[in-house]
Amino acid sequence: MATFSDQESNEPGATLWRDGRPVYDRAGTVCVIGAGASGLTAIKNLKEYGFGVDCYERETGVGGAWNWRHDRSPVYASTHLISSRPLTEYPDFPMPDSWPDYPHHSQLLSYLEHYADHFDLRPHIWFGTEVVRVEPADGDRWDVTTRSTGGYGAERTSRYSAVVVANGHNWAPKMPAYEGLDEFRGKVIHASAYKDATQVRGKRVLVVGAGNTGCDIAVEAGQQAAKCWHSTRRGYWYAPKYTFGRPADQVTDSLAPYRLPLRLRQWLFHRVLKLTVGDLTRFGLPRPDHRVFETHPIVNSHLVYQLGHGSITPVPDVGRFRRNSVTLVDGQEIEPDLVVFATGYLPRFEFLAPELLGTDASGRPALYLNAFPRRHPTLAVAGLLQPDSGLLPLVHWQSVVIARWLRLREAAPERARSFAARVDAEAGDRWHSAKVKESTRHWFEIGHIDYLRVLQRTLDELEVAA
Amino acid sequence: MKTRVVRVRDWTRPVPAVFREVRAATPEAPEGKPPLLFVPGFGHGAWAFAEHWLEHAASRAFPAHAVSLRGHGGSGPAPKATLRAYAHDVVQVATGLDRRAVLVGHGAGALVVAHALARYPARAGVLVAPVFGGWGTLGTALGRNPAGTLPAVFGGRLRLHHRQLFSRELPDAAAREYAARLGRASARAQWQLLRQRPVEPAVGDPPMLVVGSPDDRVVPPSALTRAAGRYGVAPLLFPGMGHDMMLDARWREPVDAILDWLDKDLAG
Ligand SMILES: Cc1cc2nc3c(=O)[nH]c(=O)nc-3n(C[C@H](O)[C@H](O)[C@H](O)COP(=O)(O)OP(=O)(O)OC[C@H]3O[C@@H](n4cnc5c(N)ncnc54)[C@H](O)[C@@H]3O)c2cc1C
Ligand SMILES: NC(=O)c1ccc[n+]([C@@H]2O[C@H](COP(=O)([O-])OP(=O)(O)OC[C@H]3O[C@@H](n4cnc5c(N)ncnc54)[C@H](OP(=O)(O)O)[C@@H]3O)[C@@H](O)[C@H]2O)c1
Repeated sequence: MATFSDQESNEPGATLWRDGRPVYDRAGTVCVIGAGASGLTAIKNLKEYGFGVDCYERETGVGGAWNWRHDRSPVYASTHLISSRPLTEYPDFPMPDSWPDYPHHSQLLSYLEHYADHFDLRPHIWFGTEVVRVEPADGDRWDVTTRSTGGYGAERTSRYSAVVVANGHNWAPKMPAYEGLDEFRGKVIHASAYKDATQVRGKRVLVVGAGNTGCDIAVEAGQQAAKCWHSTRRGYWYAPKYTFGRPADQVTDSLAPYRLPLRLRQWLFHRVLKLTVGDLTRFGLPRPDHRVFETHPIVNSHLVYQLGHGSITPVPDVGRFRRNSVTLVDGQEIEPDLVVFATGYLPRFEFLAPELLGTDASGRPALYLNAFPRRHPTLAVAGLLQPDSGLLPLVHWQSVVIARWLRLREAAPERARSFAARVDAEAGDRWHSAKVKESTRHWFEIGHIDYLRVLQRTLDELEVAA
Repeated sequence: MKTRVVRVRDWTRPVPAVFREVRAATPEAPEGKPPLLFVPGFGHGAWAFAEHWLEHAASRAFPAHAVSLRGHGGSGPAPKATLRAYAHDVVQVATGLDRRAVLVGHGAGALVVAHALARYPARAGVLVAPVFGGWGTLGTALGRNPAGTLPAVFGGRLRLHHRQLFSRELPDAAAREYAARLGRASARAQWQLLRQRPVEPAVGDPPMLVVGSPDDRVVPPSALTRAAGRYGVAPLLFPGMGHDMMLDARWREPVDAILDWLDKDLAG
């Protein structure tokens, strides 16, 4: 692991200044923020394209969300992938083929640690170091200010030729507000604080939200708690992990080469779900208010099974809280002693002034390919994607695009200009053939095949010798 | 051909797992040199490298490994294996190593390595007496050894004669013994070798070295030059040697040349 004293000893003194503070010049080096799945592949691919890289990671290890040792990690003990192995691994570093179709989260962590060692990425990472500010400097360069995680020690500013933001988007809990929540006497947690089933054992539990987290926790509560209510504010499609004996995402993707129209794919998927999962309204769930692919897919074979066994009681949206009870929008009154808000997370970029990413009033940046802001060619975001597949293959290619783009700017400014024009024109465009539901979680939802096809065109267009 | 990013086949038809035999030799004092992974050609197993090259590479401080492709040597059976499955075997072993590996493919194993290089950013790639296939390969083989080759055209076993594989310098008894140890590739892979589908470009732009012999009776000089030309390099030649350079009498010369090249190329 690199330490600051190493860095200082082989670095000339600060030659630049900003607001009366020294700035260490890192010349052509690129700064990567975060050493999760996205940051690691960004370091690896930037290195491959010949860049020097400094990565800052506020935690003490790699792996980001998958590193359950970190307090902030959103994974719970029972987390298994929802995207199957071949659709989740990096395309140039497959997971062991002896692993199951849906590996456990601890396997993901060991995979990411092995990736970091295999490609010798750790010497580039400053652990326990948090990025607190990223500010533009002259010549499209960036001043990155860091300090030890937890706010100890002095701040330090270094100047980079480019910055890749790979800070993840599953850290900042999205907490809903309800009338009466303050006076509620039961325990209320966000899913990020849910670690394992001991927390629900023997309790009367209300789980709010039916993203993949909410469904997993409801299933666990269904088995372990004294009572489990699962509240959703709309009807969803609950896809099983297997169809026709194969991982469901592999079955769906085997249709990709035929380029069927969206409507036909939706119809097929509805048929398959009807035949395999059946009519969910029989279990008391609301009918979906959208077609499949229009919300982030839920992949969970146990939820429907448990509904059928009566161990999970589906209920509508929460209306308000009272001292000892919760009133649902249909007027029903329930008395949980633990409420788990599995209401998701919000992307946050506290270290960047909102205008740098073209962020609007509702907190949504305007980025081309979910990566490139309009006005700042040397700033990019990696991994700001909610895909209907695994994330790693997408962010791998995304970071290859970033590396090629940074190289092309130097090597062929003429060709770079046409790409820059497109970034400007198409920033904020969506990469999903379906019309996704308007929701705080869906503005960065992408269809992985739609998205990869655009990345393919972009990669070819930006082709440079490595 | 360009790198493809929509890989429906890789996603939806993953290559099944199989037991893979890996032989290894470890240097006594590791000096931080990259690990080598030797990939034998059709019919050969990891044993072909375990004979001399593994120990020799380890004595020069390279951690050395050799894999038997599925259906070969001590690996699990795979009568329907494709070239994609063979390349998968190579990538699986390479990614299991602790650091970025150098891939060294011999014979048709060089073609397998070329496919593997499109799926794994190796530290470097070395092709030894590369058989890249196509109908020319068949023509040469038919010319040299019609009786041993003809059955392979119809999905049967390719029987290489020991005089196709070794120079006269290797004693006859040793040559016969090696030839007797040969197994076979799957009929499908043999076909794919002949049909010669284009290879996707290597990822990560690895440095490449091509090694061969003008007296190789499996790979004629024109084929060697063509294979090297794909990577914009000229082949390094060892006149007088037979196709199986890792087993032939003068096995030490090519492996030393490869290791010298690695020492020099990877130093920078
Ligand atoms: C329960 C759960 C299950 C999931 N299942 C799947 C799945 O099946 N398949 C799939 O593909 N994806 C899944 N995901 C999505 C998962 O988030 C991604 O796979 C992946 O972890 C995202 O990687 P990342 O690097 O973009 O973000 P993260 O993993 O969040 O990493 C970001 C890193 O940046 C660091 N960081 C943040 N801010 C700063 C700062 N200011 N300074 C320094 N460092 C900073 C963080 O400490 C962290 O290490 C799941 C997510 C959750 C929560
Ligand atoms: N096993 C796994 O691999 C696994 C497990 C968990 C999570 N994940 C991944 O992690 C990411 C985050 O998932 P997540 O489930 O934590 O969050 P999420 O996908 O954002 O889901 C949040 C859920 O809460 C609902 N919700 C949000 N705000 C609400 C409010 N104010 N009132 C009522 N309901 C509200 C949402 O409803 P709307 O539909 O109206 O938005 C949605 O059902 C996703 O990418 C997911 O796929 C994977």
